[in-house]
This record gives sequence, structure tokens and C-alpha cells, in this order.
Amino acid sequence: MGGGIAAIVTRRPLLIKSARNAGFAVCVLIWLSISSLAYLFVTDNFSVAYVAEHSNKTQPLFFKFAAIWSGQEGSLLFWSFILSIYVFSVLFTYRGKHPELMPYVGVVTAGVQLFFLMISNFVVNPFNVFGSPGAGAAMNFVARADGRGLNPLLEYTEMVIHPPMLYSGYTGFTIPFAFALAALLGRYPGEKWIHLTRRWTMIAWCFQSIGVILGMHWAYVVLGWGGYWGWDPVENASILPWLTGTAFLHSVMMQEKRGMMRVWNVWLVFVTFLLTIFGTTMTRTGLVSSVHAFAQSPVEPWFYAFIGIVFVVCFTAYWRNRDYLRSDNQLDSLASRESSFLFNNLILLVACIAVLSGTLFPVFSRWVQGTQISVGAPFFNKVNIPIGLFLLFLTGVGPLLAWRKTSVESLKRNFGWPALLGIVAGIAGVALGLRNFYVTVCLILCVFVTLTILQEFFRGARVISARTGSNIISSVVQLTLRNTRRYGGYVVHFGIVLIFIGFSGSAFNQDKQMDMPVGAQMEIGPYKLVHQSFDSIPETNYTSEKATIAVDHNGEQTIMLYPERRFYPSNEESGTMVAVYSTLKEDLYVVYAGRSPDTQVPVIHAYLNPLVKWVWLGGIVVVLGTILALVPNQQPVLAFNRATEPIAAGPEQSPAPLPIERRGEP
Amino acid sequence: MQVKAKFGVGVGIIVVSLSALAWMGARESKTYYHTVAELSSLDATAQRQRIRVGGDVEAGSIQHLTGRVDFVIKAEGHSLPVSYVGHDPLPDTFKDGAQCLVEGRAMPDGRFVAEQVQAKCASKYEAAPGQDSTSAPQPGTTATGRS
Repeated sequence: MGGGIAAIVTRRPLLIKSARNAGFAVCVLIWLSISSLAYLFVTDNFSVAYVAEHSNKTQPLFFKFAAIWSGQEGSLLFWSFILSIYVFSVLFTYRGKHPELMPYVGVVTAGVQLFFLMISNFVVNPFNVFGSPGAGAAMNFVARADGRGLNPLLEYTEMVIHPPMLYSGYTGFTIPFAFALAALLGRYPGEKWIHLTRRWTMIAWCFQSIGVILGMHWAYVVLGWGGYWGWDPVENASILPWLTGTAFLHSVMMQEKRGMMRVWNVWLVFVTFLLTIFGTTMTRTGLVSSVHAFAQSPVEPWFYAFIGIVFVVCFTAYWRNRDYLRSDNQLDSLASRESSFLFNNLILLVACIAVLSGTLFPVFSRWVQGTQISVGAPFFNKVNIPIGLFLLFLTGVGPLLAWRKTSVESLKRNFGWPALLGIVAGIAGVALGLRNFYVTVCLILCVFVTLTILQEFFRGARVISARTGSNIISSVVQLTLRNTRRYGGYVVHFGIVLIFIGFSGSAFNQDKQMDMPVGAQMEIGPYKLVHQSFDSIPETNYTSEKATIAVDHNGEQTIMLYPERRFYPSNEESGTMVAVYSTLKEDLYVVYAGRSPDTQVPVIHAYLNPLVKWVWLGGIVVVLGTILALVPNQQPVLAFNRATEPIAAGPEQSPAPLPIERRGEP
Repeated sequence: MQVKAKFGVGVGIIVVSLSALAWMGARESKTYYHTVAELSSLDATAQRQRIRVGGDVEAGSIQHLTGRVDFVIKAEGHSLPVSYVGHDPLPDTFKDGAQCLVEGRAMPDGRFVAEQVQAKCASKYEAAPGQDSTSAPQPGTTATGRS
């Protein structure tokens, strides 16, 4: 990092090169260090405290790898590891290019790396050997011989993938942050940094989305309380940077195409980065009283110091170079693409502030009133449900509004049918007995947004098919490949619609708990559960209690479910294995809740959760859409432009923004 | 200028209505955190509020009874008898010696009636990988009372 600063000051090409090579070297050394930790885990080296704490001889190899990031020390090293992959790719991709910008980028990323490496080296070192200071001295000999083992809740395949995804999202936002700060510090001309970081931001966003969705799915199928989101501080920590990241992805378009919102964008990306660091902090320190936060940890002051330093650096950089960020354009009309982006950003930011303040409520109230007051799910739901619905509305409206100003006529043409059919669907829903206000609104919006998206694909495809004579399906494919970013974006929006359909199902959840001896029956919704048998089975590293339950759906024998509880003797912990029968219409979610205290009869808790599967499907669509948007455009873009321009007489024709879009592209 | 004014009004409506919702939500769900020692000295209004208390589960104090689970939590030398009446199963991590957070109301006779219990195994940093999201023991253990 020092070398990098020197290189900037002197602008000597040799120094710049050496700084870059130092960057490469740091990355390679981090890889070496994580590999050696992996080696320690695979070879069951229990003389290292971290390995003994988180692994066990009998643990399958797969989970030994997962154990690398299953604790404080390892997860921080893992953070550095993923960051180093990003840094390496960035330095490599742009080696020898952008000589004005890259040295700054290298310095910023090196600064972030320096912080995490300092923590790993001096505060929570995963390589501490027993007997050395800092290693858990209380560790007993038995545990030391075989290792304590992974937390049973984490012995789950998804849990192996989830943290790397989420970390990739978290750390990925370092790259746009570094570029933004670098562009500001170096007064790098124009919106170039936005073009350079667009893909990196999308990659980070994609990983973050995967991470959040996987986390939800894991919470749903492993934790056994029947839901996937509980507004827990750690969940909130993962959604905060996602919200600001989403806002950033949208508002950069304003800057790219209209040269507006420069200050806003720079701050959005700063805030996103700060929130990723803050999220990392919150889950590792005693800031918020959550179950995780019981343990005070030595890294706390380090993180606060880092957040402080980053903030001061950002603010100073902004203050000294603020004149460089002036906007080129002003807002022209309320019914314009710009204003829909502004509302989108505003509402995402409000959501972020609401979630953040709800999460930190205990902290603030302790400062103000002296007592800790926490707020629960009703707070978050009350605020975020309307926010979500408004966002959904913007999802449908925004992309079809023209830049600058949209005419009433084009509003009618673009939104007439979708809006009408949406309202018809809403009325039909109410007629069929739907009585929940939010769900009705959600239904209307889902129909509306889906139709606007389909209409976009159809209109674009019709233009192509008229020109090329190919059929409509292959035209859709061509259309998408020609402007992947735009149509990938629509696919993502459609995924969001699916997720909202899934969310709305939660308004109709029901559940039932019963003591069920073998032979007993329980009815829930259209299902009848029959308890057929109950076994206790010893396995390699746990013993399990398992109920066998036959499920009848409307009188038809449908499936067998095996809700289970596992007991791990190595750490005396137990884990619940939920059994789920999932259909598009609803999930039947069955938990074996232990034995009844008086009678020792197994207790079965069944949940009927409508539409949950749509959330996961939506998540997959979102990710596929993002990947689609990352694919480079196929070249016949020019022909496409020529084709549409004569037709696009007014700004309202849907492919009309294309010519403007092209202008921004390198 | 007119556009800006319109925009301002839109923003204003959004912010005001959401703040109102937030305020309602906060009123409905706010919970006061007290230590075990503070509980005995609370005044009448404070007694009626929804309260959250943390402490360690006293070894051997867990009694499974019909319809409820009784146990004692200890913190800083004070102890508090708790009856858990929530309808969800207790978390996997709830056992002798576990650190736990109970949420509910204090009764005049000094017993605490909990509707939610969160617990964490005392001996080990558990939060682990999930810590950055829907994390490890937490959501499961907060399960109680959420469904």
C-alpha cells in the first residue's frame, strides 16, 4: 500500500508496476495461508485450537472444509481470501490499462486487505496452537483428542455454500467502492469508473442475492420454526448492503445516461461498503443483543476504528473533490425514468434506514433513555411490506417510462392493458374470498408487472421478427442476446415478482402441534398425517430419533415424511431435521419437536405454508437474470438501432432508450 | 421548480406515512431489556411492559410440566424463576448452563412468564458461518412465538 501511494505521488511507471506486483504477492500469500488452514483441517491437526474447536475426526471431508469458515478466526481469514480473489482479478484484468486510476484502486483495496490481515494476524489468529496465549485454555483433553465438531446446525450442504456466497457478495462491493474512491481521489474524468465497475457490482450483487436466498432457505429447512425470515439482527445485516447495492445498481444508470446523481452514487457505494463492514462487525461483536452477540469479542474496537477511518477517508475525499461531482442535468418531469429511479432509490434507502434503525434500536435507546428497548417483527413488517409493494410497483412502471418525460398517450399504451388486467385479477381475487389488503395489492401488482415485462419482450421480439422473418421465440432469444443488460434486468424483475408471490403466501400460514403416539393422526388443511413408526438409530457421529409419517392429501396416500432429531455426543448438541413436502401451492413442513414431558410421547409440529416454493424459484430466476445481464451483448446492436429508430418516433416507444444507452457504452 | 415541488410532496408523503407505520410497529412490539437484578425494583408501569431478561440456566432447574416449562435463570448472583408458556418447542440449544434470553412479562409474585426463549450454548462461539446472515442458532432459537 505504501508503495502504491509512492507510485501515485511520483507517477513513476516502475513504481506503479511494483505496487501492482506487491498486490499480486499479497493475494498469493493469502491463498497460501488459507490452503495451509485447509490442510490442517483435512489432516485433523487438533493441536491447533481453531481446528479442534470446529472439526471432528468423524466429520465428513466436505464439512471439514466448511469448518474453515465456521468460526470467528477462520471466517475473517476467509474474508481476506475472497477479497484477494477479487483484487487479483481486478488487478489482472486492468493491468497496464487506466494508468491514472488503477494505482488508486490498488491502494484502496490494499488498505482494506491490510485491515483484515491485521485482525487475522494480531487479534484472532486461526493458527494459534494450544498453550499459546489466545487459544481456548479451557479446552479439555477429550475434546482435544477428537475435536469438538461442527455445530450440528451447520452440518448441512447448503451451509457450506452459503457463507462463501455471502462473503463473495460482501467483499465484492469492495471493488466498486475502491473504484469510486479512486476516481474521486484521482479526479478521474467522467463516468468511466462506473462502466469499469458495472460488472463487478453486478457480480457482487448476484453473490449477495444468492447468499441471502440460501440463508433464507437454510433457516427454513434447518432451523425448524416454519419460516425463512425473522428480522433477526444477523439476517438484517445481510439485507442492508443488498438494499443499498440494489439502489446503486439502479442509480448508476442515471449517471451513465444523464450525468445526474453523481454525489448520490458515490455516497451510495460508500455506504454500501460501510454496511458490509458494519454487517461483518455486528455479527461478531456484542453490539446488538442477539443470541450471537452474547460473546464479546476482541475484534470489536478494531472494526469500529476501521469503520471510522473509512468514513473519514470517504468524507474527506468527497469534500475536497465535491466540485467534480456536479450534475449535468436536472429532473424534467415526475413521469419520467429519472423520477422512477429517484423513487426507487429513495424507497430502498428508507427500507435500509428502517431495518438499520430497528436493528440498532436497543443501542440507541440505551444511549437516549438508559434502557435497552428492542423492536420485533411487527415493526419491520409494518414498514417494509408497503415499501416492498411500492418497489414492486416501480419495478413494473420504471423501465417503461421514457427518459426526461413520458406522454400521457404512451402511459396509456404501455400500462393500459397490464393495469386493467391487474385490477381485474384483484377483483377476481376479492370475489373468490381474498380479504387481506396487502395480499390483494400484491396480486394486482404481480399481474401488472409480469404483463409489462411480457409486453416488453413481445414488442421487441415483434420488431425483430418483422425484420428477420424468424419466429417469435427465436426473436425473443435474439432480442435478449442483443441487449442482455436490459432484458436480463427484466428477467431479474420477473424473479422479484415470483419472490413477492411467495412472500404473500405467508399471510395464510397455519400450524398445529400435537402429541402423537404411533398410530395417531393429525389433520391440517387438506393433509392428514398418520404416525406410522418411531425409531432411535445410532449413526457415525450422532444418534437420531426419527418419526415415520405417512401423508394423505385429500384422501390419497402421497408421501412419507421423516422428521428427525439428531444428538451429537462429541459436543452434546442436538439438531432438528425438518421434513418438508413442497409443492407449488404449499409446503407441508413437519417437525419432530421432542417427546412430551409427561408421557414421553413424540410431539409433532406441522406447518402449512402456502407458496413458499415461489420464493426459491424467484431466487433462481433472479440469479439467472443477473448472469444473463453479465453476458456481453451480441454485436448486431447497430442494425437493431437502425431498425427501431424510425419506428421510435417518440420517446415512448419501448426500445427508444436504446440510442441513448449506446451513447454511454465504451 | 414545479417538478421539484411535486417530487418533494411525493417524498414527503412517503416518509411521513412510513414513519407513522414505523411508530405503530415499534409501539406494538417494543420490548424493554432489564437485568435480573433490576426486575425486582421496577415500578408498576415498567412491570406491565414487555420485558426481555438474559442469564444462565441454572443446572438442574429445568422442569418439564404439562403446558409449561419451569426453570431458573441466574445472572450476577441474582436468580429469577421463569415459566415458559410459549407454544413452540424450546430451541435445541436450551439446556443446563446455556445462556438464554427470555421474553415475556414479570408477574407480581416474582415469577417471570416467558413467551419466547432464545438460548445459546455457553461453552463455545456458535454463531459461525451463518453469522453473516440468517445465521446459526439464532433464528431457530428465536423460533418461539413467531409462528
